[in-house]
This record gives sequence, C-alpha cells and structure tokens, in this order.
Amino acid sequence: MEDTLPSVLPLGDPAPVDGLLPPQVLDGVGSRKFGLYVHIPFCAVRCGYCDFNTYTATELGGGASQAAYASTAVSEVEFASRALNASGLPHRPLSTVFFGGGTPTLLPAEDLARILGAAVGQWGLEPGAEVTTEANPDSVTRESLQLLADAGFTRVSFGMQSAVPHVLKVLDRTHTPSRVPLVVQWARDAGLAVSLDLIYGTPGESMADWRTSLETALSYEPDHISAYALIVEDGTKLAAQIRRGEVPQIDDDDHAAKYELADQLISEAGLDWYEVSNWSRSPEQACRHNLAYWRGDDWWGIGPGAHSHVGGVRWWNVKHPAAYANRLGEGVSPAAGRETLDAGTREVERIMLEARLGSGLEVDALDKVGRHAVAGLIADALVEPAAAFQGRLVLTLKGRLLADAVVRRILPD
Amino acid sequence: MSPMARTAPVPAATDPAIIRNFCIIAHIDHGKSTLADRMLQFTGVVKPRDMKAQYLDRMDIERERGITIKSQAVRMPWELDGTSYALNMIDTPGHVDFTYEVSRSLAACEGAILLVDAAQGIEAQTLANLYLAMENNLTIIPVLNKIDLPAAQPEKYAAELANLIGGDPEDVLRVSGKTGVGVEELLDKIVRDLPAPVGDANAPARAMIFDSVYDTYRGVVTYVRVVDGMLHPRERIQMMSTKATHELLEIGVSSPEPTPSKGLGVGEVGYLITGVKDVRQSKVGDTVTNQAKPAAKSLSGYADAKPMVFSGLYPLDGTDYPVLRDALEKLMLNDAALIYEPETSAALGFGFRVGFLGLLHLEITRERLEREYNLDLISTAPNVEYEVTLEDKKVVHVTNPSEYPVGKVAEVREPMVSATILAPNEFVGAIMELCQSRRGVMGGMDYLSEDRVEIRYRLPLAEIVFDFFDILKSKTRGYGSLDWKADGEQVADLVKVDIMLQGEQVDAFSAITHREKAYAYGVMMTTKLRELIPRQQFEVPIQAAIGSRIIARESIRAIRKDVLAKCYGGDITRKRKLLEKQKEGKKRMKMVGRVEVPQEAFIAALTTDESKDKAKK
Ligand SMILES: Nc1nc2c(ncn2[C@@H]2O[C@H](COP(=O)(O)OP(=O)(O)O)[C@@H](O)[C@H]2O)c(=O)[nH]1
Ligand SMILES: C[S@@+](CC[C@H](N)C(=O)[O-])C[C@H]1O[C@@H](n2cnc3c(N)ncnc32)[C@H](O)[C@@H]1O
Ligand code: SF4
Ligand SMILES: [Mg+2]
Repeated sequence: MEDTLPSVLPLGDPAPVDGLLPPQVLDGVGSRKFGLYVHIPFCAVRCGYCDFNTYTATELGGGASQAAYASTAVSEVEFASRALNASGLPHRPLSTVFFGGGTPTLLPAEDLARILGAAVGQWGLEPGAEVTTEANPDSVTRESLQLLADAGFTRVSFGMQSAVPHVLKVLDRTHTPSRVPLVVQWARDAGLAVSLDLIYGTPGESMADWRTSLETALSYEPDHISAYALIVEDGTKLAAQIRRGEVPQIDDDDHAAKYELADQLISEAGLDWYEVSNWSRSPEQACRHNLAYWRGDDWWGIGPGAHSHVGGVRWWNVKHPAAYANRLGEGVSPAAGRETLDAGTREVERIMLEARLGSGLEVDALDKVGRHAVAGLIADALVEPAAAFQGRLVLTLKGRLLADAVVRRILPD
Repeated sequence: MSPMARTAPVPAATDPAIIRNFCIIAHIDHGKSTLADRMLQFTGVVKPRDMKAQYLDRMDIERERGITIKSQAVRMPWELDGTSYALNMIDTPGHVDFTYEVSRSLAACEGAILLVDAAQGIEAQTLANLYLAMENNLTIIPVLNKIDLPAAQPEKYAAELANLIGGDPEDVLRVSGKTGVGVEELLDKIVRDLPAPVGDANAPARAMIFDSVYDTYRGVVTYVRVVDGMLHPRERIQMMSTKATHELLEIGVSSPEPTPSKGLGVGEVGYLITGVKDVRQSKVGDTVTNQAKPAAKSLSGYADAKPMVFSGLYPLDGTDYPVLRDALEKLMLNDAALIYEPETSAALGFGFRVGFLGLLHLEITRERLEREYNLDLISTAPNVEYEVTLEDKKVVHVTNPSEYPVGKVAEVREPMVSATILAPNEFVGAIMELCQSRRGVMGGMDYLSEDRVEIRYRLPLAEIVFDFFDILKSKTRGYGSLDWKADGEQVADLVKVDIMLQGEQVDAFSAITHREKAYAYGVMMTTKLRELIPRQQFEVPIQAAIGSRIIARESIRAIRKDVLAKCYGGDITRKRKLLEKQKEGKKRMKMVGRVEVPQEAFIAALTTDESKDKAKK
C-alpha cells in the first residue's frame, strides 16, 4: 500500500459546491505533476486494526451499492475534469494513478477498468505512467489480474502483512500464507510490477516470526516492499482487545528492533529505502504516486473520504459512500471541507514530508532554526554526515526511527 | 429565655457596660461556622431569606474547604432581662497555620466560647488556642456542639472539659448548631458571664487593628477594637507605628453587612475605610489614634507573624511571571502573614520564594493564586529556614536548598517545634513510631480521659512540614490531631542532596535532609524521576549526590522509535496536525541541559502521593 485513507476527516473550511479552485493554484503549475487517486471503500471483512474509510456489505446497509460504485466514481472523474478546466488549470496528462482502499479488487476488474478508462479519456496518460492498484491476496485471480494489466494497470500492491499464521490471525486476515506466492506469480505473468505490504510489531509476533515474514516476502523477489509498524488506532477492535488485556500491548522498542531487521534484510536482498517505510529494487521502481504526495505535487482523489491537493489547496470528500453518491447525483462537489495553506504551513508540510525521503531535504531551504539544528543532528547520528556536508539532510537508520523528532528539531519555532 | 432584641443599641452611642466581645475557639469541623449562622439568625441580623450556610466564610475557597481563613467581626443585638446588649462575635480561623490570626482576634475579646464536637472531644488545636485565650485572661464558656448526633457523648466530653479548665461538668452547655437547640441559652450566657469591656471614654482615641482586608471595591478594610476614646467619620487618624495619617472616609460595624455609623466608642468593634490600597499601610497590631489629639502611648502590639515554611512558586508558563508578581502583591494586601522575594531557578525559571505560616497556608495561597489569577503554578518542596555557620564564623540563613553553602560548614541549626498530638490510646504505638522516625524526642504523655491521650514531642520542624500530618491521620484512622509551636532550634547533622540529570544539577529538586535520610531521599527522587521523565534520544543518567559523592543512580534508556511508520496517504493534513500537537507538547517542556522534562514531571516529582490524593478529592 502506498496510499491509504484514515477514517477521521480533518476539520477545515467549507468547500464550494462547484469545486472551483482559487487562482493561487495556478502559480508554478507547470512544475507540478498531476496524479489521480481512486478510493474503493469496500472490504469483505474489516480487519481488527484497520481504521480506513472502508465498509463491509453489512456495515454499508442500503443506499450505496458496490454495483453502482463505478458509475458514481466516473461521475466524479467528469466533475473533476470540469472543475479543473473552469479553474483555469492547463490540461495535464496523468503521470500516476493509484487505486486504493478498502479493497479495490473486491470490485470486478471490469469496474476498475471502466473508472481508469474514464480518467484516461479525460486527461490521457503520460508516456510510462504508473498505474497501481492495491489488492488483497484472496481477492484476485489469474484472470482478474490479466484483465487489469490489459486495461492499463502497471503495478499491483498486495496486502501480505505477514507470512506467519498466528500473526495473520491476530490481524484478522482472511488469506492463507500460501496464497501470496501464487498471486505474485500471476501478477508477474500478466506483466505487472509487484509490491508487498508488511506489518510488523503485531501483538504476539516474535522477532523470529518477523524474520520469517521478511525472508518469505523477499523470497518472492518483489520490486517494492512497504513495511509498516502496526498502529493501534482509537476505536478499532484491536484497541479494545488491548484495553481489555486480551492481546498484549505493542512496544516501541520491539518496533525499533523489527525496523532495523527489516532494513537489514531488505537491503541485503538488493532493495533500497527511498522513504521511511518503503524500499524499491531500483529508483525507477519506487512508487511515484507515493512520492508525489511527499513532494507536494497535484492529485485529485476520487471516492468517499478521498483527499486531494492542488497547488496548496487541500480538500477531502464526505466519508460515507451514500452521502458521496448523493452529492454527485445532485451534480455538486462531494468535498466535505478544504484548507488553503499559507506559505508557512506549506513550508512545514514540505519539511515534514521531504525529511522522510531517501533523497532528503535541502539544508539551504531551512530557516535559521533548522540550519542551526544540523550540527546537533550530525552529533546525535540522526543524519548522514557526508550528505549534510553537501547540503542535504538524509536520515540515518537511527534517524529514520526518530524521524518525527528530527522534524520537530528542524521546524521553524 | 430571651427574645430577639426589640431595639438594637446604636453604634457610637453604646455604653460599654452593654457590650460583649467574644470569639469562638474550635477545632476545624467542630461546627463554629454553623453555630455562627444560628446566632446571626436568632439575633435577627440576617433575615431567614438571606441566610446561606456559613454566612461569614466569605471566600470561595473557605466555603469549599469549610475553612475560615479571615476573621470577621459581627455585631448582633441580644436582649436579656429587658436590656438590649450589643454582642460582637469575632470569627477566628481554626487551623494550626493560623494561630497568629487567632491571637489577634483573641486580643480584641473579653471572652471565648470553647466549642467542642460532642462526638469527637477536644483536639490538639483547640488546646493550643484555649491556652492562648487563658493567657489573655479571657473568660471561657465551654460548649459541647452537635448534641443532636447519635454518636454524641456529652457526659464523657463534659467531664473532659471540666477536667481541663476547672468547673463543674454540669455547667458545660450543650447545643446543636444544626438544630439550634441551646443557642439562645448560649447567647444569654454570653451576656451574663462575659465581662464588659473597660476603657477611658475621655482619653485620646486608641483602637487596635486586628485584621486588615483588601477589598477590590473599597480598598483596605481595617477591623479595629476601640480601647479608649472615640473615632468619628471624616476625622484624620494616625497609625501610631508609622505616624502615617489618613482621612477616615467611613467607619461602621458589620451586622453582618457593613453598616456605616456615627463612630465607634470604648469597647466597640467595627471597621474603618481610609482609601488606602495596601494592608501594609494599615498594619495588623498597630494602634489607630486621632491625629489632632493623639494618644501618648500605643497599645501593646501583636506579635508579628513569622513564616515557618518556605517554597518556591513558579509559573508554568514563564510569560506569566508578571501576573504572578502582581497576584502576590495583591494577596499580600490581604494577608499580613505572607512574605516573598524574587528567585530564579535554572530549572524552573523566574519565580518567588514565599514564606508561609505552615503547609495549609501554602496550599491555600497557591490555590487562590491559581484560581483567582488564573495561573498554573509549580511549587517546590516546602523547606524550613536553616542557620548555617561557616568555618569563618559567617552565618547564613538558608530557606532554599540551592543556596546551601558548599563546603566549609562548621555547624547547621534547624528550627524545632514542640508538638502535641491527641489521639485514642490504641494509636500510641503507631504515633511514637512515627515521631521517632522523624527524629522526635518524647516530652511526655497524659491521659485526657480513660481512652484518650495527649502525647508531647519535640521535633525538627522540617520533619513535620511535608507529609507528617497526612501520615499521622492515616496511622490513626483519622482520629489523631496535631498542634505545634516553634520551640527554638538545634544543631543537626544535615546535608544537602542534589539531583542531577545527565550531570546537570536540577536546583528545584535539591533538598536539605538529615544525613541518615539522604540516601532514602536520593533513591526516592531518582526512582520517581525515572518514571516521570519520558525517554529522550539519548540515555539520561539520573543521580543523587551529596557534594561530589553519588549516593543513588538510575538511568532512562534512550528512546529508539519516534516516527509514524504508517502511511497516511493523501491525508497530509492529519499528519501535519499530529506534528503540530507534538510541537505544542515540546513547548511545554522545560530544558535541563539537553533533557526535555515535561512540566507534569516537575509537578509530580514535587508532590507527595498524599497531596496528590487530596488534589483529586
Ligand atoms: N449533626 C450536626 N452537624 C453539625 C452541627 N454543627 C455543624 N455540623 C456539621 O459539621 C460540619 C462542620 O461544620 P462547620 O460549621 O463548617 O465547622 P467549622 O469548621 O468549625 O466552621 C458541617 O458538615 C456541618 O454541617 C451540629 O450541631 N450537628
Ligand atoms: C488501506 S490498506 C489497503 C490494502 C488492502 N485492503 C489490504 O489490507 O491488504 C493499506 C495497508 O495499510 C497498512 N495498514 C492498515 N492499517 C494499519 C495499521 N493500523 N497500522 C499499520 N499499518 C496499517 C497495511 O499494511 C495495509 O496493507
Ligand atoms: S482489507 Fe485492508 S482496507 Fe480492508 S479492513 Fe483490512 S486492512 Fe483495512
Ligand atoms: Mg468554618
């Protein structure tokens, strides 16, 4: 996964019903790429740790059917195209498209193909564009993967999470470990690049378990790996289980040790980190859609709860699929709120996001506080000295584990 | 039984012979405020519809804690055998910290009601105040209160009282402030038994200031008891100690709301308003006289309050320092016992070292500062004043451990108290154990009644200011009571224990302790801090040391992970909000060297577990 949606939406300003953007978004538009995110808010079951904006058939109730979803999403694609044109933005072909969830592959491959087709019809694709979908191992078949590839998808990101049955059980995952090599092979055969998502630090997961998961995942020779520390989100079933003492607490030191092991084994297997939680076999195989987020490019997010960003304006859609469908049915923007970032906030975001990247952050672009902090960061072994001497802040392994603390040290006061 | 007075004697024209000045001596919660309410009601000065519980306890904190802090003087009419009398009731505080205020109000009275809870018996605090009253030659009326309680044991405690002050158990009045039973008899008895004030009406005016209260609307309100002569509105008065003169803008009596009068004559109790804004211009203990016709000799003054306990008060938010300074200035207008001076702490920033009468005084002052001035404060561990003699014979007085001289100390003297503890005899063992562990030396023990004892100890003040009372209470299941008074000083083997974080001394945590207790303090503090201080990006050693000798150590392991390694995808806003929250959190940290210490850790480290519990209540 490179793209997810939390279920809690921020509070912001009201968003205009016509989706029009202020003139400031035109500044520097030529240097920003344009991408599309498509959120598919459906899952077969809800995993106990997950707080993404996704719904099972039972949770959904009436009012928004999975069958009608593709049409609704297509209508937002059309709405987006009109709003961008009307705001005076130049036509830009899509450089990346990302289908995330939820479980995009819970919809028939034809539906995903239809939505992608509509988007390509509106904007076209850049040559060599990256088109990814997330997929659960038990929600794809050889045929469906082939269909996706034929429709223009170039990449698939599987939610493997772990190779150890008792860990998968605590995570409420429905697939069996043996399914993963199968789907990876099918994806390859269809010509798709493959990424695997792993979660570490699940209650009850030993260091040996994690090593097994890493070694297993690496044995499938993926082009890309994401490894996420399990976060216990408020309001999830997992949070309740921990509160009641039914499963053990998670532990930061355990997370740190597991991250170190992940970095060691993944890099020994020939993949390099390019973002705190992401490794790729070559720079070209890094998830470009993901990087667009970190680098402040433009993207439009389709779907309930999806987030968008264009030239310093961020907005997010209403959360519930039924409310979302209603808005679009009435021909108005599905946005629930938006914020227009001032220069200072954009700067904070830039530092916060770029600091996590393997390419690092330019020292000269920091303010006085940030530049003063650099020597201390070198002393504490949080940034690479050689890179710092050349004017870039690049996190060390220790620094990646303390990335938020590093960011707090270099942010303007 | 007497009816309510039909005509009240008029202030300024009242014959001293029909005046009775009295106060109520009672242990906290024995019902003084409630009894006062009944008197206000029965004498008709407060109409039933205006009656609110504990009418005289004006301040919110008093009402909440049920403690009377400031004295108030109320004039009430009462008729006996066809004569209308003027009764002046002076409400006094009941806690050990406020003995000083009690002594001031006692001096304005001819008599005292000794009020004792009929279910509890007399407490150590009451004994001390009773002693003061007898020393002042006041006439004592012993009264058992709360006789409506099923648990009341009036016979037993009447015998106890008679035993103490002499007289017949039969003469001990039995009342209930709650139901009003016996209150009218008590009012009659006040008129009959208490002597009338005497003074020279023709002599130059002399009035004693027994309290001085700052009021936002009216400036300083000064409470006086006239001894000789007469004070009139609009005349110029003079403070005999400073020779400062003021115009008497208003003079009157509280009944209980302030009521202006044509003046105050011999024996009368009332208030003065001169427009001054500072109680220091109207000093407690001073004598007020007439400028045009001044008295030759002032009345013997009151003993000045001597602060016994010192603590550093610091604003949590450094920018609040001026607010704290102004607030202390204002509180001081109202609290003659409060003293303070600016102080700086490397760890806590700018603040004040404040002297208090005792721990309760500290707590109340702090609470008032926080509540009335909207401040968040840290107070350092309470301290006593040490007298340190250096080898070169120089003497330094230390009220803040961080000022303790390094090396070359010839002798340290610490203040001592003599403490009286009353408790049921089953707790004698536990009490002796506690006092022994606090370096106490037993002075004696007496049986008050069959099952109640009075135990006397001489103890270092430092050993009782922190948590002694809380522990005494818990060891005696709430039955033990404590009173103490200053009792000289002693040479002691004291040392200063410093606490260091990553080699940096944290002045706020330094303590002066007995050598034998230094280790325990060091271990307690280092353990506490290890739990309270969050992990940093590096390992943080915590050490306790006497001079350069380390006596205890702990260490906080370096944090290894501080990153959200879950992708929030396109929701950058959420990630930024989280970061902003973390940044805010960082601002609430105090830096000790490179170590970020949350303010909560300072507060928690400086708080005892007992006082934490109290704060929760
Ligand atoms: N049953 C009973 N309770 C009383 C009586 N007088 C006071 N109290 C209660 O005892 C507590 C303390 O009374 P208060 O007047 O505040 O005591 P103070 O601390 O001496 O002023 C309160 O809860 C009163 O309601 C009484 O005569 N009978
Ligand atoms: C939006 S989910 C969608 C992918 C797909 N539905 C699946 O679960 O395989 C993307 C990824 O986020 C990660 N993730 C979800 N909840 C998480 C949590 N509470 N803590 C850490 N990672 C989490 C998982 O690795 C998951 O594959
Ligand atoms: S399948 Fe993926 S999106 Fe769905 S509940 Fe599980 S983790 Fe969340
Ligand atoms: Mg009271």
